[in-house]
Amino acid sequence: MATRRVRFTFEGDAVKEPVIYLVGHEFEVVTNIRMADVEHDFGWVVLELDGDHDEIDRALAWVSDKGVRVDPVAGDVVES
Amino acid sequence: MTYATCLACRECGREFPLEPLHVCDFCFGPLEVAYDHDGIQSKITRERIESGPRSIWRYIDLLPVDEDFIVDLNVGWTPLLKADRLAERLGMRELWIKNDTCNPSWSFKDRVVAVASSRARQLGFQTLACASTGNLANSVSAHAARAGMEAIVFIPHDLEAGKVLGSAVYNPTIVSVNGSYDDVNRLCSELADNRHWAFVNINVRPYYAEGSRTLAYEVAEQLGWRAPRQVVAPMASGSLFTKIHKGFQEFQQYGLIEETPVRMIGAQAEGCSPITTAWRNETTNIRPVKPDTIAKSLAIGNPADGYYALKTMKRTDGGSTAVTDPEVVEGIQMLAECEGVFAETAGGVTIAGLRQAIETGQVDPDETTVAFITGGGLKTADAVVEHVTQPIPVEGTLQSFEDAFAEEVGAPQAVGVGG
Repeated sequence: MATRRVRFTFEGDAVKEPVIYLVGHEFEVVTNIRMADVEHDFGWVVLELDGDHDEIDRALAWVSDKGVRVDPVAGDVVES
Repeated sequence: MTYATCLACRECGREFPLEPLHVCDFCFGPLEVAYDHDGIQSKITRERIESGPRSIWRYIDLLPVDEDFIVDLNVGWTPLLKADRLAERLGMRELWIKNDTCNPSWSFKDRVVAVASSRARQLGFQTLACASTGNLANSVSAHAARAGMEAIVFIPHDLEAGKVLGSAVYNPTIVSVNGSYDDVNRLCSELADNRHWAFVNINVRPYYAEGSRTLAYEVAEQLGWRAPRQVVAPMASGSLFTKIHKGFQEFQQYGLIEETPVRMIGAQAEGCSPITTAWRNETTNIRPVKPDTIAKSLAIGNPADGYYALKTMKRTDGGSTAVTDPEVVEGIQMLAECEGVFAETAGGVTIAGLRQAIETGQVDPDETTVAFITGGGLKTADAVVEHVTQPIPVEGTLQSFEDAFAEEVGAPQAVGVGG
């Protein structure tokens, strides 16, 4: 089992999609929202994902394919 | 002995021990070092600081490190130059340049890495790590070498060879990741959770970030124990920007300088300006961007401290600027031509941002202003190579010189002798 802390960023129509519900429905992954701020056309959600390492990877790839940006909770860590 | 007491969540305030942690377990907010302010207050004086080493370690009472663990490359105490010629060019009364190109690996990253590596040593780490395209990797590699620690540097696979050299010379392990910047971000975030390595800007980030406060301490001391009224600083993650302000506040809190409001103005390149865009849109929701600018050292599309940078701007009646790549080059040239300081592209962003801030009324040209130059120009020489003075070709004869010089510069003036 693994735990991953990530930040989803939604823009445009992606805001309307029940992406987090579907992650829990389509994958063997438990989602746990910790912080969020969602407006009508933009929003972000910080959440924890529990599950098998590869299953989390599959879930996050699926989320990215839905047009949702997925980042580590600490933001960009590649610095100059 | 350090006066650091714990790590505290910047969102919910929960406290954690001084361990390699960076995110609050409860709300996932970022952690920050908290201090025993009474203890510091009882000890710190101007005289005590002035009798310390000419480096960031003169402020050790304010840093989260015990003296026995310091990794010392003599970082900091960089020049604060009164920039009269640049001030005149920009129509300003009093401008100062904090020249952090003079650090051991030629950027301000030495300040943050000095603190991170020292704390990492205190925490028992044998290995320093980072994900970087330049300055950070240079500094991590240099500090690891100095401390006798291992260094592991992760770079994107398409990074130019020249940018790797500044790290490679210190003999770190360099891992080239075949993927996008996002892939490198994800990989390193996972490794920071799984390996006993001190990733300087991930699992020891709270300590790392503290090093930036020394920029404000030095400026206040070098100005004769006073704060400037305005600051212009570059923004990548936004951490440097917020910590400079915090440094001035702390000096005021401890009575080392008079209470002076310091207006904080940020500078970004248009090709990566998520913080400035949010400022202009009057929101604290930062929309991540894909960077596209020559100012690579500021190219953080999803800035971890952007929200806090915006709060700092608002609280200080500050502002935010975004400048084009040609303006960045102009900024580098203005600084070099007027003051003899060769900055990397981030410095060009700062100077061009300063000019924009004056034009838009965000900076008052009559108030004391400090502009922070955070890295040396040889790191990004490509940005200006086509815009600088070209040599005048001559043969090795006086006639050839006179002809070529007259053509390029104009006829030489006769030099009179005697009366």
